[in-house]
Amino acid sequence: MSTPVLDLRGVAYAYPDGHQALFGVDLHVHRGERVALLGPNGAGKTTLVLHLNGILRSGAGTVRISGLPVAPDNLMEIRRRVGVVFQDPDDQLFMPTVRDDVAFGPANLGLSREVIAERVESALRAVGMLDFADRPPHHLSFGQRRRVAVATVLAMEPEILVLDEPSSNLDPAARRELAQIIESLEVTVLMVTHDLPYAVQLCERSVILSGGIIVADGPTPDLLADEPLLARHRLELPYGLDPRGLGPRAGSRPAG
Amino acid sequence: MGAGHGHHLHYHGHSPVHRLPAHAKLVALLLFVAAVVGTPRQALWAFAGYAVLLLGAMVIARVPAAYLLRRMIVELPFVVFAVLLPFIAVGPRVAVGPLSLSEAGLWGAWALLSKGTLGVGAAVLLGATTEPHELVRALDKLRLPQPLVQIAAFMLRYLEVILAELDRMRIARESRGFTARSIRHWPVLAATLGALFIRSYERGERVHLAMLSRGYTGRMPFAADLVATRQQWLTALALPLVGAGVCATAWAAGMP
Repeated sequence: MSTPVLDLRGVAYAYPDGHQALFGVDLHVHRGERVALLGPNGAGKTTLVLHLNGILRSGAGTVRISGLPVAPDNLMEIRRRVGVVFQDPDDQLFMPTVRDDVAFGPANLGLSREVIAERVESALRAVGMLDFADRPPHHLSFGQRRRVAVATVLAMEPEILVLDEPSSNLDPAARRELAQIIESLEVTVLMVTHDLPYAVQLCERSVILSGGIIVADGPTPDLLADEPLLARHRLELPYGLDPRGLGPRAGSRPAG
Repeated sequence: MGAGHGHHLHYHGHSPVHRLPAHAKLVALLLFVAAVVGTPRQALWAFAGYAVLLLGAMVIARVPAAYLLRRMIVELPFVVFAVLLPFIAVGPRVAVGPLSLSEAGLWGAWALLSKGTLGVGAAVLLGATTEPHELVRALDKLRLPQPLVQIAAFMLRYLEVILAELDRMRIARESRGFTARSIRHWPVLAATLGALFIRSYERGERVHLAMLSRGYTGRMPFAADLVATRQQWLTALALPLVGAGVCATAWAAGMP
């Protein structure tokens, strides 16, 4: 197979206070895949995400993005390649207007004014927020702010989009709109969540992170049908959902 | 939060004053206030002139007088002090009705009231006719040091987020039967503020992480792209230029 977009080998990390969060994570994600990273609260999901773009540096193991190791010398290129959308859009959107915020990443890349303007426009169009470009972020609804947060990293033309709990706090309509946007994007996605229906809706493949290691990796419907496996890792489907009825949505992309 | 134009100072409109570039208006405000402050206080006619100029600008801006007056309440502490001044100042006294007032105090009160009211009125007019984020851009354009501009921008962006958080905390307190009524309740309010401080501090860290993830290296990547034509500068500076003329005349007339 080609070079994986995301290639983690033996990634281990302990926080400065001694609390160890990751115990040797191995994970490969290939171009065009949409992978759900499932795990209960406290499994180390967010810690892992912060390794993908070099905010945290692993104590052991390596992280490579399309072959490029995450190292101090190439952090800027790594952060271009890995677009992280954080859970709270109020953390991500800090500029006075939507347009400025989407331009922030491309401007840090040192792009020219014209290229930045093009990137801003296409990113906002991709999430259906072009009409809101000149609005301050705090005047938008929560769902709109999350879509703008996705646009802020799309504008950097990342090779992999990392979404941290993308469905949290969204009402059903906003949740569906965001799913449609994610499905429409031609980009590799790693979606961190414990929203299992959302995972099966959007991701053909899932991995379960529990206790700081990857404990399962396979097609999402198969993992979600394995009730004992889910139960061991504090995951469960919402009441009333039959795992046999779950399958990839018609029209979603095949794996690989 | 959410919908609506929530800023309290700005009065939405499309008058000629609204349309002027923010940095030109800001410079105009500074010069006008400088002229007012620099005028000898005995030149009563000069202050009448300034008031006419300012009222003229307010009329052109088409901001309702009641709207401006309400926002001028910030001046109240100075008004109280100005009222006290004739009573507490020393020096020769004059009789005004049944009261014996200090002559120097009366002049001081007059200067404080007139100059203060003109300054506050002009500032409130600027606030009413300029979007808050445009003011931040103006500060950037006028080369205020970057850290100060960034602090102002972040304050503007997160003020509503933090106020909303404070409001949710109040509602949660009141839902459990607590309403702050007397000084004995202050410890609870102090605990709320402490919690709010820690939350805001943590949010600051998360915002910083999100910025790093998009390639932030400590400098804001773009300068404000405000431009003002010569015509716009002239329009904006008309007020302070006439003001400066009044000031100079007042000085010349005051010469023995």
